[in-house]
Amino acid sequence: MATLVARRRSWLDRVPVVHQLRQSVGLQRGMLIAGLAITGLFLLVALAAPALAPYGFADLRDEAGLFGSLQRPSSAHPLGTTVGGFDVLSRVLFGARTAVFVIAVAVVASLFLGVLLGVVSGYLGGWLDRVLVVVADAVYAFPSLLLAIAVSIAISGGQARLVGGVMAAAISITVVFIPQYFRVIRAETVRIKAEAYVESAKVLGTSTARIMFRHVLRNATRTLPLIFTLNASEAILTLAGLGFLGFGIEQTQAAEWGFDLNRSLSDVTSGIWWTSIFPGTAIVLVVLGLTLVGESLNDLADPRLRGRRAAAGAAPVEATEVTA
Amino acid sequence: MSDVVELRDLAITFATDGGDVRAVRGVDLSVAPGEVLAIVGESGSGKTVTARSILGLLPETATTSGAILLRNHADTGTADVLTLRRGGLRAVRGRDAAMVFQEPSTALNPVYPVGWQIAEGLRAHRRISRAQARAAAVDVLRRVGIPDPEHRVDHYPHQFSGGQKQRIVIAMALVLDPGLIIADEPTTALDVTVQAEILDLLRRCRDEFGSAILLITHNMGVVADLADRVAVMYDGEIVEQADVRTLFSAPRHPYTQRLLAAVPRIGTGKLRDKIRPSAAVEELRQDFAADEHLVAPGEPVVEARGLVVRYPGRLRRPGFTAVDGVDLVIRPGEMLGLVGESGSGKTTIGRAIAGLTPVTGGSLRVLGVEMNGVRERAFRPVRRRIGFVFQDPATSFNPLLTIAQCVAEPLVVHGVAGDAREARPRVDELLEAVQLDRSYGDRFPHELSGGQRQRASLARALALDPELLIADEPTSALDVSVQARVLDLFAELQAELRFACLFISHDLAVVDLLADRIAVLHLGRLAEHGEAEQVLADPKDPYTQRLLASLPVPDPDEQAVRRESWRALTTR
Repeated sequence: MATLVARRRSWLDRVPVVHQLRQSVGLQRGMLIAGLAITGLFLLVALAAPALAPYGFADLRDEAGLFGSLQRPSSAHPLGTTVGGFDVLSRVLFGARTAVFVIAVAVVASLFLGVLLGVVSGYLGGWLDRVLVVVADAVYAFPSLLLAIAVSIAISGGQARLVGGVMAAAISITVVFIPQYFRVIRAETVRIKAEAYVESAKVLGTSTARIMFRHVLRNATRTLPLIFTLNASEAILTLAGLGFLGFGIEQTQAAEWGFDLNRSLSDVTSGIWWTSIFPGTAIVLVVLGLTLVGESLNDLADPRLRGRRAAAGAAPVEATEVTA
Repeated sequence: MSDVVELRDLAITFATDGGDVRAVRGVDLSVAPGEVLAIVGESGSGKTVTARSILGLLPETATTSGAILLRNHADTGTADVLTLRRGGLRAVRGRDAAMVFQEPSTALNPVYPVGWQIAEGLRAHRRISRAQARAAAVDVLRRVGIPDPEHRVDHYPHQFSGGQKQRIVIAMALVLDPGLIIADEPTTALDVTVQAEILDLLRRCRDEFGSAILLITHNMGVVADLADRVAVMYDGEIVEQADVRTLFSAPRHPYTQRLLAAVPRIGTGKLRDKIRPSAAVEELRQDFAADEHLVAPGEPVVEARGLVVRYPGRLRRPGFTAVDGVDLVIRPGEMLGLVGESGSGKTTIGRAIAGLTPVTGGSLRVLGVEMNGVRERAFRPVRRRIGFVFQDPATSFNPLLTIAQCVAEPLVVHGVAGDAREARPRVDELLEAVQLDRSYGDRFPHELSGGQRQRASLARALALDPELLIADEPTSALDVSVQARVLDLFAELQAELRFACLFISHDLAVVDLLADRIAVLHLGRLAEHGEAEQVLADPKDPYTQRLLASLPVPDPDEQAVRRESWRALTTR
C-alpha cells in the first residue's frame, strides 16, 4: 500500500482535464474525448471565425452585388442565405464567437460572486447566511428564462446593440447562475468548517479571514470545474432561448443562433430548411459537447462511478469441481 | 465432521487508479465446527477482504483465484463460493454463513422495526407465516439477551443502545442457525464495558448454538478472550497460525512477536522511565528553556471548578449536558490522563480548554484566562501557548498544503516567521524531534502514513513551545505497533520539554503508560480522580472497577481469570 502513496504524479497529470483523460478507460474515455473534440472545435471556430467565414456576419452584398433573400445552398453560399439576405454559413461561424463571449462573461462573473458569497456565508453563518440563502432560494423560485428576460429588459431597455445586448444576456445569465455556485460552495464550506484541519487552524489562533481563504476556499472549489462545464452548456441554452424569444442581439450587431432561429420560424412552414437546421445544429452540438465533458468529469471525480481496467495480476476465476 | 469453511490458496487482486493491488496472496485457512478462529492483523493486511470473500461480498474491481469451500447447512457437501453466481450466492448467504458487521448503528435499517429485519433473513430462505416469523424473532432476541423481547421486537433501531444493537445484529446472524458466523471487528465500535458483554455473547453463540466463528480483529485482548486458534496476517499473507495459548506464550514469527510486544498493558510502568532522549529533542529543549513562561511555578495551568458544558437543544427541547460539575487541575509539567467511554464528556472538556466549545457554567481557568464567557479576541494571545493534537490524523491537515507548510502555519499566524519558507529551519528541527526525516516536509499529507501524520501533527502542536498540550485520543486511529511508537515519542517529548499535558483516551492501558494522574469520567461527571498507580491498582469507584475489569488483557490464561472477576462484578 505504501508504494501507492509514495509515487509522485508528473506535471502533465496535474493539469485538470488532462489528468482525467489519462485516468479514464472504455466508454467513459470515449465520452470524454468526444466531448473535448466538439468543445475544442467550437472554441477553434470562435477564435478563427473571420478567417473561416466567407463573408462578415452582417454582410448583405459582395463585389457581385446583393446575396439575395432565401437562396438555396450553392457554391457561393454553401449553406444558403436567410430571409434578410445574410449568408447562413458566416452567421453560424460568427455565432460561436457571441456564444463564447457570453459564456465567458456570464460564468466568470457568477463564479467569482457566487464563490465569494458562498464561502463568506457558509463560514460566518448567522443572520447574513440566512438572508443570503433566502435570496438564493427566491432567485431559484423564478423560471430562469423569465428572470433572464426581466434582467435583459432592465439593462438594455429593450434595445439590442452588440455590447448592450451581449452584456444584457451575460448579466441575466449571471443572475441565474450565482445561486448555483453560492449553494454548492456554501454546502462545501459548511462541511469543511467542521473538518479537523479547520479546527486545528482555529486552535492555533488563525484569523477568520486567513482560515476562510487559505484553508476553506481552496478545499471547497474541487467540484467547480464540473459545475463550470455543466453551467456553460446551460448558459448557451439560456442565450439561445433569449434570442429565440426575441430578446437577443440585432442581426446587424452580432450573429446569434437563437435569434437566427427566431427569424427562420416562418421559413420552416414553407419548406426552407437551411435557415433553421444549421444554427439549430450548432446549438445542439455545442451543448452536447459541453455536457459530455461535464458528465464525464463528474463520473471520473467519483471513485464509485469511475471505470477501471480489470486487475491483470490474478488469473480469472476458474471453475473448480462442486460437490453439492 | 468436515471443516465448516476451507480457503485454498486464495488470492484477491484489486484494480485501482495506482495499478493492481494484490490484497491477499496464497491464503490457506480452515475453520472446524464449533471453533473460534481469529484473524489478526493491522489495517491493510487483508483480513477483512479475506473474510468478506467467504460471502462473495467483494467489489466489482476485485479478481479472485483459488477456492473457498463452504460446507452447506445440512452438512451434505460443500460449494465453492468463488464459482457461485447470484442465485447460488444468495442461497448460501445467511443460511450457511452469516456476517456480523463492525458498526451496528449502520448495519440496521433505521426505518423498520428490528423484528421485521430479523424475519427478513427467514423470509429470504423459506416460506414462513407472519406469526411464525415474529415468534422466531422474539425467540432469538431472548436468546441474545434483549430484555422483554415480546415488546421490544416492534421497536426501531434508534430505541436501542449501541451494545443492544450489536446484539440484534448477532441475532440476525443467528436466526437461520448458520454453520459459520463471520464477525468483522464486532466490538471495535463499542465501549470497553459493552465489548465485554458482546464477547460473552459470542462465546455463548459458540457454546449454545454450536456455530463456528471467524473473528476479524486487531485487538489482541479480544483474541485472548475469545479465540481458540489464531491466524496472523501481514501484508496479504498468513505469517503464523497457532493455538491461542501457543501464540501468546511462544510467538514464532518476528511480526507476531513485534505485534504482541506493542500491545499496551496495565502495570508495566511509565514509558518515560525507559526512554533516553534523542539529540533532536535535546536541541528542541534548549529552545524551550529559553522561552519565558508566563505561568508562575506552582500555579495550575488549567483549573476547573464545577465546570458545566451544555449543548443547546432544538426547538424548546432541553439541552444536553455533556459535562456536569467537573473539578480538575493540571499543574505545570504534569500529564493528566482523562479516561472515559464515548459520551462521557472527555472530548468536550478538551475542546472547552482549547476554546472550541463555550463553557456554560462553573469556572475554567486556562493559563490565567477565565474561559466562562471569554471573548475570542481576549483568548487569541493565549492560543499560542496551547498545542492541540487531534484524534484523526487523516483529516487534521489541510490536504492542499505540504507538511512543512502545515507545521509552519502556527509560526506564520503568530508572526514568528514571515512565511513558510522563512520558518523552514525551525520546521526541520521540529520534524527531526518527532523522528521524521526533513524531506517529509515537502510531501503532502496524503503521502504519509497514519503514524507519520500523527507525528507531524505533534510537531505542529509543539511549534510554538506550548505550556499546555491537549491530545484528544491521539493514537486511537492508529494500528497497535504504530501506536506504540507514537506513545514512546509522546513520553519522550513530555519528559524532556516538560509541558503540561491533557491526554484524553478511552484506553486505560495507554493512559497508564503515560499519565501521572488519572481522571475517570462517567456520563459527564468525575467518577474518580487521583494518582495513576492508585487509581489503577485500587479503584474506589464501582464504575472504575467495572471499566478495569472489562479491559481484556493479551494473555488467554490471565484473561480467563479476569473474565470471572468481571462476571462477579456485573452480576453483583
